Amino acid sequence: MSGLWREPGRRLRANTGAVIALGIVVILVSMALVGPWLSPYDIEALDWSHVAAWPGMAHAHWFGTDRLGRDLFVRTLDGARVSLAVGLVASAVSLSVGVSYGAVAGYLGGRTDRLMMRIIEILSGLPLIFFVIFLTVILGRSETLLFVSIGAVGWLTMARIVRGRTLSIRQQEFIEAAVASGASTARIIVKHVVPNVLGPVIVYATLTVPQIILFESFLSFLGLGIQEPRASLGTLIAQGAGEMEAAPWILLVPGGFLALLLLSLNILGDGLRDALDAKESG
Amino acid sequence: MNDSLLEVRDLSVNFGAFSALTGVSFSLGAGETLGLVGESGSGKSTLARALLRLIPAARGTVMWRGVDLLSCDSATLRRQRRDLQMIFQDPLGSLNPRMTVGEALAEPLEIFEPGLAARDRQARIEEMLERVGLVRDAARRYPHEFSGGQCQRIGIARAMMLRPKLLVCDEPVSSLDVSIQGQIVNLLMDLQQEFGTAILFISHNLAVVRHISHRVLVMYLGRIVEEAARDALFAAPAHPYTRALLEAVPDPTRAPAGIPRVADDNLAAAGEPPVGSADPSGCVFRNRCRYAEGICEREIPRLEPVSAQHAVACHRWRALATSPDPTQSAVREPRPA
Amino acid sequence: MMQHGISVPTLGVENLQVTYAVAGGPVSAVRDVSLTVAPRECLGIVGESGSGKTQVFMAAMGLLAVNGRASGSVRFDGREILGLAPEALNRIRGSELTMIFQDPMSSLTPHLKIGVQLAEVLVTHRGFSWRDAMHAAGLILERVRVPEPQRRLQQYPYELSGGMRQRVMIGMSLLCEPKLLIADEPTSALDVTVQSQIMDVLRELRFEAAMAMILISHDLGVVAGLADRIIVMYAGRVVEDAPASEVLQRAHHPYTALLLECVPNLRDARLERMPCLPGQALGAGMQELGCAFAPRCPRATELCRLERPPLRAVHQSVQVACHHPLSP
Repeated sequence: MSGLWREPGRRLRANTGAVIALGIVVILVSMALVGPWLSPYDIEALDWSHVAAWPGMAHAHWFGTDRLGRDLFVRTLDGARVSLAVGLVASAVSLSVGVSYGAVAGYLGGRTDRLMMRIIEILSGLPLIFFVIFLTVILGRSETLLFVSIGAVGWLTMARIVRGRTLSIRQQEFIEAAVASGASTARIIVKHVVPNVLGPVIVYATLTVPQIILFESFLSFLGLGIQEPRASLGTLIAQGAGEMEAAPWILLVPGGFLALLLLSLNILGDGLRDALDAKESG
Repeated sequence: MNDSLLEVRDLSVNFGAFSALTGVSFSLGAGETLGLVGESGSGKSTLARALLRLIPAARGTVMWRGVDLLSCDSATLRRQRRDLQMIFQDPLGSLNPRMTVGEALAEPLEIFEPGLAARDRQARIEEMLERVGLVRDAARRYPHEFSGGQCQRIGIARAMMLRPKLLVCDEPVSSLDVSIQGQIVNLLMDLQQEFGTAILFISHNLAVVRHISHRVLVMYLGRIVEEAARDALFAAPAHPYTRALLEAVPDPTRAPAGIPRVADDNLAAAGEPPVGSADPSGCVFRNRCRYAEGICEREIPRLEPVSAQHAVACHRWRALATSPDPTQSAVREPRPA
Repeated sequence: MMQHGISVPTLGVENLQVTYAVAGGPVSAVRDVSLTVAPRECLGIVGESGSGKTQVFMAAMGLLAVNGRASGSVRFDGREILGLAPEALNRIRGSELTMIFQDPMSSLTPHLKIGVQLAEVLVTHRGFSWRDAMHAAGLILERVRVPEPQRRLQQYPYELSGGMRQRVMIGMSLLCEPKLLIADEPTSALDVTVQSQIMDVLRELRFEAAMAMILISHDLGVVAGLADRIIVMYAGRVVEDAPASEVLQRAHHPYTALLLECVPNLRDARLERMPCLPGQALGAGMQELGCAFAPRCPRATELCRLERPPLRAVHQSVQVACHHPLSP
C-alpha cells in the first residue's frame, strides 16, 4: 500500500500549517507520556507548604499548585494522558464498529440497509448524555467503561459516512468485476470496499478525536467521568473554574493545554483531508 | 455443429416498467466468438450482465453446461463463475485502485485455488503478465500507473487466470485509441486460439466485430433483429437496421468534401432511437425504418430463417432482399490516384 | 492551401506551447505547434490521446485548466488573443469564435429550457430583445434540422436525445454567425447512425455559411468527409499538414499511413489480424528523444532516434515532420 501514500504524504508535508500542527501534537503527546517523570512530584502528593502557589522554578512547581497543594504540571500532563487515551480508545471503537456497520449496510443495500439505517436513526435520536449515564449506572463506574461507552455512541456518524461512500463505490466497475470473478460478499466488503473508504474514514477519525476528548471533558466537568484522584483535563478545568479569580493558572494551564491540543488536531485533520482528497477525486 | 456451451432462452430484463431486454435467445459453442452489435439502448450491456446474473432477469433461462445460471443457488453460481469471466468497458475503472496488479491477478487464484502455494501463485501471475504483453514488474504497480490499453491487458490477464471457458467482453476496446484497439482484439484472438475460450464480444463498432466474430447478432431496443454467420451478415444484411449500421460507417477513401449530402435521404434509418421508454406496437424499429408498412405496425416480427445460420426479424426482408443492396451504393470505389 | 499573406487567416497559431504544472514537474501537452486556418476553410485535426489536439484549441479559447500555461501566439482575424483578458475574450467567445464539445449534455445547463439557453446568447452578445432572440432560436433549430423546433424550445436538455442535443449545440454556436467554429470530437459520444446525420448537418453548414471550421477527431473517417485540409498530430507536435485528398490517398508520414490502415474498413479482405500500432504513444510527462514516433515506427533509423525531424515542406501545400517520409 505504500505506493499509494507517497503522493498524499508529499502534499501533507507541503502544507505548513498541518506540519506545524503535527509537530505540536507530537510535542504535547510526548510531554504527556514522559513529562510526569521529570518532576519530583506525583499526582497525589500534597505539598502543604505551597498551596495554590504561583508557577515558578524555585519550588519546582513549574505550573504551580492547586488548592490542595498538588503539582499542576504533573496533574495536567497526567490528565492529558487520560484524555488522549479516551480519545484514542473511543475513536478506535467507533472506527471499527462504524466502518464495519457502514460497509455492510451500504454494500448489502435493500431491506438490510434500510433496517440498519433505521437503527442508527433511532440511536441518533437518543441524547448521548442519558445513554452514558444509563450505562454508568447499570455497569458501575470504570474508566474502561467510560472509553467504550463514548466510543459506542460515537460510531453513528462514522457508520453513516462509510455507508454513503460504500453506496457510491458499489456502482463502480471494479466491484462488478469482483462479483463476476466469483468473490464472496465478505471478501468484496473486506478487500474491495473497505480499502476504498479509508480516505474519508481517516480524516473523520482525526477530527473525531478532539470531539471525543471534548465530550469526555464535558462529562468529567459534570462529574460523570473520571474520578479522583485521577484527573482528566476536564476535571482539572472544572476545578480551575472555581479558582479563576484567586489562582487563575489552575484553570489556564489545563485549559490552555486542551485548547492547544484540540486546535492542532483539527488543523491536522483538515490537512489530512486536503492531502487525501485530491487523490480520491483523481 | 458443436455442442452448445451456452444456451440462452427467452431472456428478458425489466427496469421498472421499461423493458431493456425482451425475449432474447441464442447459443454459443466452445471456442466460438459471437459478436453482439448494437447502439445505445440496444440492451447489449444489459444482456451481458443478466447472462452472468449480475443484474436480475425477469424471465428466461441461461443454460451453462447443464446448469441454469439464473435459477441455481448462489453457491453453485459462484462455482460456475470460475469458467465465466468478464472484461469491461472502462479498463481503469474495472480495477480496484487500492490493489496492486499482482494482488488483482492473485484474487481469482485465492478464490478458486486456495491451496496453491504462494510461490506457485506468483509464478502463474508472472506467466500470465508476460502472456498478455506486460512486464513481470507490473505486478508491483498500481492500475493508475498504466495506460488504458495496458489496463485492459491487466483485465484480460485477470479474467484468463483460471482459463475460463467463456469470456464476456463488454465493449472492451471502445474507450481505447483506434491504433491500440487492434492490439487488444488480436490478443483476444490469440488467447482464444491457445486456450479454446468462447467469446461473447459486445460492441457498437462493426469493423471490430467483423475481425473477431464467427457469428454476429444485431440488437435493437432490447431485441435481436438479425443473426448470421459473419461473412453472410456483412455481405448480405437482411434487416434494414443492419443495413443502416453498415451504411453509417464513414469511409475515409471517399472524401466528398465539396459535395453536400442531404441528410437522412440515403440511410435506411432516419432519426434516433426514442428517448425514454416509448414502446411502439409492432416492430420496434418501424418509426425509423424507411421500408415500414402497415403490417410492421400491427405485428412484432419473429426471427425467421433467411438461410442456414441466418435469421432476421423483419416482415419485409424478402422484398428488400431483391432490391439493390444499399450498402453497395453507400460504399463507393476509392477515387483513382 | 496555405495562404501567403493574401488574406488574413481566420486563425493563426504560431509556436504554441502548453505545459501543465503537476506534482512531478511540468508536463508538456503541446510542444510547438503552428497552423493557420483560412476564411471558409475546413481544417481537420487528427490525433490520438496525448497528441495535444484538444489542448491547442483550449489554449486558443482561453479554456486551459488552472495549472496550464500557454506561450506563443494565437491570432484570431489578425488580433492576438492568447493571454487576452477575460472580458475581452468573452466578447469574442460564443459570438465570433465558438466551440462545441464531445458531450453536449455537460455543455447545456440542465435546469434551463433549450429556448432560453439559445436566446441568451443573442441577448448577451447582440443585444436582442428576448422575443426576437427566441424567434431567432427557432429559426436556428430549423437550420440544423431539429424536427418540431417550436416544441423543442420549450423542452429541457434531458428530454432530448444525444444527437438532438448536439444539433442544439451546433445551432447555439451559429447564432452570432461566427467566423470560426471549432468542433472537438462532436460525434464521438454518439451512436454511429446518428454520427452520420450530424456530419451531414456540419457538411451543409460548411457549404452555406461563410465560416471557417476546425474539426478535431481521433477518427480519420469522420474528418475525411468534411475537411479541406488535414493536420495530423502526435505527442504534442504537428507531423503532417496537407490537403485532405493528399493525406487520404498519399500519406507522407508513417504515422498517418498506419492510422489510415487502422480506420475501420468494412471492405477489408484481410481479417486474421486487426491492424494496429505496436506499443503506445509517448506519455505526457516523458522526454522526447529524437522523433517521438521512432519507437513505434517501422521505418525508424538511428537518425530518427537522435534527431527530432522538423516540419518541412515536401512539396507545395504539404508539410511533413519526418526524416524518411513516404514518397508516393
